[in-house]
Amino acid sequence: MLEAADWQALRITLALAGLTTLILLVLGTPLAWWLARTDTRWKVAVEAVVALPLVLPPTVLGFYFLVALGPFGPIGGTLEALGGAPLAFTFSGLVVGSVAYSLPFVVQPLQDAFAGIGRGPMEAAATLRAGPLDRFFTVAVPLARRGFLTATTLGFAHTVGEFGVVLMIGGNIPGETRVASIAIYDHVEALEYGRAHLLSGLLLVASFVMLLTVYALNRRFRLVGL
Amino acid sequence: MTTPFLRTRLRLEHPGFTLDAAFEVPDTGVTALFGPSGSGKTTLLRCIAGLEREADGFLEVNGECWQDRHAGRFVPPHRRPVGYVFQEANLFPHRTVAGNLRYGADRVATTDEAPGRDEVVALLGLGPLLRHRPHQLSGGQRQRVALGRALLAAPRMLLLDEPLAALDRASRAEILPYLERLRDELAIPALYVSHNQAEVTRLADRVVLLEEGGVRGSGPLAEMTTRLDLPLARNAEAEAVVDAAVAEHDPVYDLTYLAFSGGRLAVAGQDLPRGNRVRVSVHARDVSLALDPPERSSILNVVPATVTGLEPDDGAGVAVRLDAGGTPILARITRKSRDLLGLEPGTAVYAQIKSLALAG
Repeated sequence: MLEAADWQALRITLALAGLTTLILLVLGTPLAWWLARTDTRWKVAVEAVVALPLVLPPTVLGFYFLVALGPFGPIGGTLEALGGAPLAFTFSGLVVGSVAYSLPFVVQPLQDAFAGIGRGPMEAAATLRAGPLDRFFTVAVPLARRGFLTATTLGFAHTVGEFGVVLMIGGNIPGETRVASIAIYDHVEALEYGRAHLLSGLLLVASFVMLLTVYALNRRFRLVGL
Repeated sequence: MTTPFLRTRLRLEHPGFTLDAAFEVPDTGVTALFGPSGSGKTTLLRCIAGLEREADGFLEVNGECWQDRHAGRFVPPHRRPVGYVFQEANLFPHRTVAGNLRYGADRVATTDEAPGRDEVVALLGLGPLLRHRPHQLSGGQRQRVALGRALLAAPRMLLLDEPLAALDRASRAEILPYLERLRDELAIPALYVSHNQAEVTRLADRVVLLEEGGVRGSGPLAEMTTRLDLPLARNAEAEAVVDAAVAEHDPVYDLTYLAFSGGRLAVAGQDLPRGNRVRVSVHARDVSLALDPPERSSILNVVPATVTGLEPDDGAGVAVRLDAGGTPILARITRKSRDLLGLEPGTAVYAQIKSLALAG
């Protein structure tokens, strides 16, 4: 079956995707809320920036992050000056890159879900004594749960499937930055088709099951009127 | 009116529309914000609830300042103790009816006196609906839940934004009696936005008439519906509202006699106790005038009155305002009749009322 190195790659993949999704939900929710409600003319610019990873080749994104996170880049250099280590070729660096790379997959479903609520229920909550945070958590979040489910799944799955950005920022360090997608590539390069098949099959089935679950849940939510 | 419960002057500019309205509301009864669509009624109500941040001006409720541009004061909507019922009930779809009712009740400060949940559930007939989800309810049921939810948040004032407008005729008929019960049993004042004259005559005690974002006039219902300088008294549906009390039943002819300040009126038999207050609407087009007491006529209701004003319309008609023992009544006659009878302010006449209806 799977060899230790492949298990390790899978573990790193899951840790990266999990952490990235968590950070994205924390950062993406207020951003999506703001985008769904604002009328400012900056909105379109912000939306375009958020959507950039959808169209940019991952290597372009990865390249800029490599430069920025490296010892001479603005982020890596600052960290080094503060006594830290630059982020290029580290797991933390991967997380930073993944957050940027998967941003639209979390923000866009959330933004759509928030916009779909309309102002009616929120205004009703306000007239029923609920303050802004109160009504956000008791009305907006429950009403946007399909959006949260989609955002979480897509953010996670998209990070699992990431390749170019990881390769650029993280290199291919076993036990540190070597994720499943890169392990597969290595196996193919080394003509180890059996191991490539195992890992690929695993990712294929896992992704399918994840999406199937989301679509089924969303359908159920719709049926019970949520 | 002593110290008003609510005093306001609000200004709000939207592209192509300016709201600039000042009015006062007493601490009891239903005040209708009445006017055609686009006159700013709903916007005004939203301003009072604090839902229009851009509104400029002044608002004082029950001695508290809720909004004052000069003092830089704006009490946010969740700190204004109003019960708001929206045109589209705006129930929370992720909660059951019981959960919706709880939402406001859970957030009431313990010092506020809230009506009991059981009382509200009974008043609005919500018992059988408690476990339902909003999407399982009819439009009328949704509005009843919305009303209950607003009441349980311990409001000092109800703000009703055309709660019947989105409903079909049957649902409207279903919910009107509930609104009347609220009016009669609740001690808090209500602002009721409507463009439907029949609803207003049935529910309101006072009227604030809005037109193109401004207040055309305001006053007690009976006065507002009969003021000849206002459109209410001049349109084809013009009607006067007469406050009366049940005086006597005539079982032989199945009639009920009502006493009001100008005399007695007979209506079809009513199953109401003597002394019960009723509101009668008298359409101007159902009132004809005679100089002598009519003899040998089929019309039962003849009331002596004095002409207090005449207002010709663009066509053949004239709106006549009458005073019947202190109660204003409207009659709609032709200009020719006016001249034949020589009617002018002060003329004593007999108003023959062909039909009248109880208006709740």
